[in-house]
Amino acid sequence: MEFGIVELSRLQFAMTALYHFLFVPLTLGLSVLVAIMETVYVMTNRPIWRQMTKFWGMLFGINFVLGVATGITMEFQFGMNWSYYSHYVGDIFGAPLAIEGLMAFFLEATFVGLFFFGWDKLSKVAHLTVAWLVAIGSNFSALWILIANGWMQNPVGAEFNPMTMRMEMTDFFEVLFNEVAQAKFVHTVSAGYVTASVFVIGVSAWYLLKGRHSDLARRSITVGAAFGLASALSVVLLGDESGYSASHNQKMKLAAMEGMWETHDAPAPFNLIGFPDQEARETKYAISIPWVMGLIGTRSLTTEMPGINDLVADAEDRIRSGLIAYDALLHVREQRDAADPATLATFEAHSADLGFAFLLKKYVDNPLDATEEQIKAAANDTVPQVWPLFWAFRLMVGLGFGFIGTMLYFFYRASFKGMNFPRPALHLAVWMIPAPWLAAELGWFVAEFGRQPWTVDGVLPTAMSVSALSMTEVALTLAGFVLFYTVLFIIEMGLMLKYIRKGPYQDVEETEAWNARHHNRLAGRKNADAIAMPAE
Amino acid sequence: MILHDFMSYELLRVIWWGLLGVLLIGFALTDGFDMGVGALLPFVAKTDVERRVAINTVGPVWEGNQVWFILGGGAIFAAWPPLYAVSFSGFYLAMFVILAAFIVRPVAFKYRSKRDDPRWRNTWDWALFGSGAIPALLFGVAVGNVIQGVPFHFTDDLHTIYEGAWYMKFIGLLDPFSLLAGVVSFAMLVMHGGAWLTLKAEGVVQARARAIGSIAALVAVGAYVLAGLWMAVGIEGFRIVGDYLTNGPSNPLHFEVERTSSWLSAYADRPWIVVAPVLGILGGLLTFLGLRAGREVSTLLFSKMAILGVISSVGLTMFPFIMPSSSDPQSSLTVWNSSSSHLTLFIMLVVTAIFMPLILMYTAWVYKVLWGKVTEADVSENSNSVY
Repeated sequence: MEFGIVELSRLQFAMTALYHFLFVPLTLGLSVLVAIMETVYVMTNRPIWRQMTKFWGMLFGINFVLGVATGITMEFQFGMNWSYYSHYVGDIFGAPLAIEGLMAFFLEATFVGLFFFGWDKLSKVAHLTVAWLVAIGSNFSALWILIANGWMQNPVGAEFNPMTMRMEMTDFFEVLFNEVAQAKFVHTVSAGYVTASVFVIGVSAWYLLKGRHSDLARRSITVGAAFGLASALSVVLLGDESGYSASHNQKMKLAAMEGMWETHDAPAPFNLIGFPDQEARETKYAISIPWVMGLIGTRSLTTEMPGINDLVADAEDRIRSGLIAYDALLHVREQRDAADPATLATFEAHSADLGFAFLLKKYVDNPLDATEEQIKAAANDTVPQVWPLFWAFRLMVGLGFGFIGTMLYFFYRASFKGMNFPRPALHLAVWMIPAPWLAAELGWFVAEFGRQPWTVDGVLPTAMSVSALSMTEVALTLAGFVLFYTVLFIIEMGLMLKYIRKGPYQDVEETEAWNARHHNRLAGRKNADAIAMPAE
Repeated sequence: MILHDFMSYELLRVIWWGLLGVLLIGFALTDGFDMGVGALLPFVAKTDVERRVAINTVGPVWEGNQVWFILGGGAIFAAWPPLYAVSFSGFYLAMFVILAAFIVRPVAFKYRSKRDDPRWRNTWDWALFGSGAIPALLFGVAVGNVIQGVPFHFTDDLHTIYEGAWYMKFIGLLDPFSLLAGVVSFAMLVMHGGAWLTLKAEGVVQARARAIGSIAALVAVGAYVLAGLWMAVGIEGFRIVGDYLTNGPSNPLHFEVERTSSWLSAYADRPWIVVAPVLGILGGLLTFLGLRAGREVSTLLFSKMAILGVISSVGLTMFPFIMPSSSDPQSSLTVWNSSSSHLTLFIMLVVTAIFMPLILMYTAWVYKVLWGKVTEADVSENSNSVY
């Protein structure tokens, strides 16, 4: 692959987005977990729940700030590095980004300061409200970002305007209720909840292994496991929903994830494992399970799923149709209002394929000059590189099922075994901490790498979306971001570890005084000691 | 959807031009004092406790304030996509520097007091200084460049092409007029930071903030007047010529633009806009007097008035131009050729009309909860929970 400005810009985007996404999932999930803990505190008045809220809240804060900081890059780099993209689809894509700021990010950022500084300034209920507003703000933020991203995968509610040379919105509600966006939203926030649950369980497990803060740690595991179990189920379910919607919106992505070169009679089998070979166009040594792919992708036994080779043939047809649109576009643009109705009608008829003609811009300045070989090559370009997708997808799904198993186990121990956790399980929980991050990053990779060669599926090729920058400029900023982000990451990890080691601030006197005061009420009828942890 | 037809495209464009101003001013009024306090930090606060007092005056609100910046980016993207595309890629390296500052700043706030090591804290203090001072200067430099026009043109497909070598896109920004504009914005935000510290701090931090802030107020007014005189004699303006539509498609190539002798001819066409520079100058002078006299609440209001006047004077003088092109005037971005579609502008207006009042309400509530001075005792007593 030739390495030019397009590749360098992609590398920068991937780097900054993946880095941003190291902090986002934990923010999404921990904001909700902290709000849940504070709710328990306000309902029961037990000091330990306030201590939990403050402790996890502080770790949330250390993480949150880097999410905010690295999110700034995301908001501006479309304009910096992808200026043609910004011009071409800003009319649609910009709206959810701006609404995110207005509706979600303002809420979250305004109240997060009060969450940390308002303990003495607000009543309990007011402070709890603030905690929930932060959580709601974070999660709404994800909604709008995924509506924007969903539109890149499935560009609905918009059409091309030849007068302004860009896509323009025709129906806001179609953009809003894009099925891809909805599935992605729930899938992504659930992944965030799983991340936070694994984090809370892992850190708490470490305390239990060290014999520290066991009352706080056990309660945290219980909250984490209940919340995590529901979320892990939701991630896999909505991941499946994403696959289903991809089967009619992004057939190529799905076929590539599956390494499915030829169209198979319905219902298609699922390649559990295999070695996709892009050159030979086959997946070698595949172990397949019959019917499964057809069931996941089409939810029927009779609907056929097209393979990569057939999709390339489709793409070739659409390039030829796109060339007719491009030819008509040049006339319409030249004549403006005076354009003749027949040409206009031709343009309208083929404008949906205009983006396919742009695929030729990689080879020739004027797509109309393209040779047969170039058309064939451009059609071939619509196939993303298969093996990274194939493997990333399988690893992600494997991890997803792993989380369900882990959560199920901890939930069982917490609910039915008196919050008593065997040491090997605690060790496993500590080692599992990085796993949800890996799964989340793989998920991002599958979604965005699988969209290639498009920035907006079927509408705008990636190669055409970049700014007219020099390699030097982009190389400088890329180096700057790498350096900068590495330093920040080291500092963040250092602080995170420092504060985890230091542990929660537990006011023992306050807890004991409270326990003594409420001992009779909590002991209940059986006169058992309700304060003592069953496991102790 | 047909509702949007009840508001003309032309009117929506003017409203969104106004909202662009509201966002920039909202950003300067709120995040402006964060940057000002950052730029003042090493000079108004010498000991660790003093520095923590200064930092904690903005500690609980900087996150919300910074959203004005992010929302500004998002709103320009949604309402003025060509402006978003041209300006951020055109000022590429300058934008990177600004982003770097806005990334470092949150981290510095949050992490500074999380370790006791004086070297750690001192490093973050200088990071706060840089991340306040550098953007404060660069925003003005960017405005100075926009006033003079930026060298870019569009191709037939509306790709943006910039003239000149890549390094000139950065070094070339630093011409004398733009640097003067940078001095205006830098001094103005330092003044604003000084006014904020006067309200929120006491004792020696407040005294130093008043002293430096009042000098900054004079510098801001002086540099602003100088820049105005320079524009009268040395900076060419732009105007649209020939027939054009104010409700036509957003395509710069459909317009004819030529250079004029000065932007200030706008004051002959629309004399009422003189209100903006008068507010700016008056606000600056009153801030100077307020800081000298040690008045707290009114000084901050005067400082806000100065910022409102200065920023709106730029927009009102250039109207309908938003980002003119010096190398190919025809490619200039104006209110009439660089907006989103009629429908998108309408939807975004509805959303803004719902959420902007809510934002202002809860922001006001948060400031009310946090009302009052940050004292050295506050910082010492809550050493673990504050910045």
